[in-house]
Amino acid sequence: MVLEALSYTFVQKALVAGIAVALICSFMGTFLVLRRYSLFGDGIAHVAFGGISVGLFLGVFPLWTAFIVSILGGLGLQKLRQSTQISGDSAVAVVLVSGLAIGVILVSSSGGFSVDLFSFLFGSILLISNEDTLMILAISAGIIATLAVMQKQFLHLTFNEEQAKIAGLPVTLLNYAFVILASITVVTSMRLVGILLISALIVIPNIAAMAFGKGFKKTVGISMSISVISVVSGILLSYYYNVAPSGTIVMIAVAILIGVLVARSAGLISKIDIKKQPQTTHNS
Amino acid sequence: MSMTSVLEVEDLSIGYNSHLAVDKISFDVQEGDLLGIVGPNGAGKTTLFRAILGLQQYSGKIKLFGFEGSKYRSLLPLIGYVPQKVTFEPNFPATVYDIVSMGVISDKKLVKGAKLIQQCGCCWNRLYKEIGNNDDKITEALETVGLESLRNRRIGELSGGELQRVFIAKSLVKDPLLLILDEPVTSVDVESQTKFYNVIKKINEKNNITIVWSSHDLDAISKYANRVACMNKKLFFHGEKEKFFSDKELLKTYTESSMQMHMHDHGMH
Repeated sequence: MVLEALSYTFVQKALVAGIAVALICSFMGTFLVLRRYSLFGDGIAHVAFGGISVGLFLGVFPLWTAFIVSILGGLGLQKLRQSTQISGDSAVAVVLVSGLAIGVILVSSSGGFSVDLFSFLFGSILLISNEDTLMILAISAGIIATLAVMQKQFLHLTFNEEQAKIAGLPVTLLNYAFVILASITVVTSMRLVGILLISALIVIPNIAAMAFGKGFKKTVGISMSISVISVVSGILLSYYYNVAPSGTIVMIAVAILIGVLVARSAGLISKIDIKKQPQTTHNS
Repeated sequence: MSMTSVLEVEDLSIGYNSHLAVDKISFDVQEGDLLGIVGPNGAGKTTLFRAILGLQQYSGKIKLFGFEGSKYRSLLPLIGYVPQKVTFEPNFPATVYDIVSMGVISDKKLVKGAKLIQQCGCCWNRLYKEIGNNDDKITEALETVGLESLRNRRIGELSGGELQRVFIAKSLVKDPLLLILDEPVTSVDVESQTKFYNVIKKINEKNNITIVWSSHDLDAISKYANRVACMNKKLFFHGEKEKFFSDKELLKTYTESSMQMHMHDHGMH
């Protein structure tokens, strides 16, 4: 059955693009979750909805307008957080509803929802073209390379912004670079699970990976593995049962998270830790 | 040997809204000093440190190796700083090694700093020597603070004392021009405090790192520091440790004002 599915070009393309998206969402998600920006993905995806509506309204390729509007939304979010007393989650809420409102206005004025818009809302990984696949691959490679090069700076920034500033890191510039990368990640990933479920791929594999209690590189590795397993098995199962791949992918990720949390509370994960790290700590 | 001070503070005042947190204080720190700063809670010690670190607006002058302005700012990454408490997510996925490696700064910044230091006539070229394998530097720093065996331990699993030593190691990897410790053992048990003080003494004497350290613990200051500054918004004393501890009047005033602050903080009258 799996071999049969793999013989179809559309499944192959979906898997290649899906794996790329799984990798960027989990890598970027590690920083987003740790910075308490878990709902950033959701906020930016809703802004992207506004961007897509702009594209459809103007008759321009909607993904490009989504990129532009989302990056602007991300930068606006960062500015709002930095220069006002508004907390991170409230800032996300303001940007989220603004994007959505723009989208609703433009959609209603252009005659209602189209098939295109639905594919962005709920994902359409099995319908992506060769060009889309190549674009997702190229952008994903760029994001992973950038994150790999800048991971030390981003980790420092995530750990403690003031310490990063004292160490001489250009904190403001890094924050803007971070938001731009996160916005590009969200828009690139929309084709896989859609606007409504994107934050699942950013948040769930990372919460599960952090439950293993490892260092940064291992946590990113575990998160990427969980994400890839969810996406690959989700696409194959959705083909087999003829259900929506986006929902299937997210439900598999949720099942893995529950499994990890149950294993941790049963002491199975900490037992692995103790074997590898025999030293004891002193509690003060 | 040049007589340029590592740090010079001249007529420094820092205000919050309408009141002064630091009022016209002046002191200097010489290379190799272990300066203990004492003062009650709210005396402006943390505010002073934040100004030195470029995080706080001030009036007056602060000089590093005689430099001000942009040259001063380019030396800032070469200052090590351990705050009272660093807050982070309990399950933050970083090991001791990950945190200490954050302290490694780029060769470009090191070279720039070393050139500046030489410009002011100091024969202080440790920075050049330091350019090399980062992994070796991290291992050396962890050995110095006695945490080599915990290098792969997740930071959320460490005790308060171990954590503070991790942050010292993070500062040590860049072989700092100056190490600033802001009440570093406030929430640490006595045994860990002794370990911590021994590490401070070791890096001051063996690595010849200049240290400025604020504390309420007069016993520790009298045992480990070589110079003392006593402040409560204004500077009341700055000089040799022996002089401070032999001035009974000053000690009495300090102890009384500390007690008053302590009682005020705890709602006692």
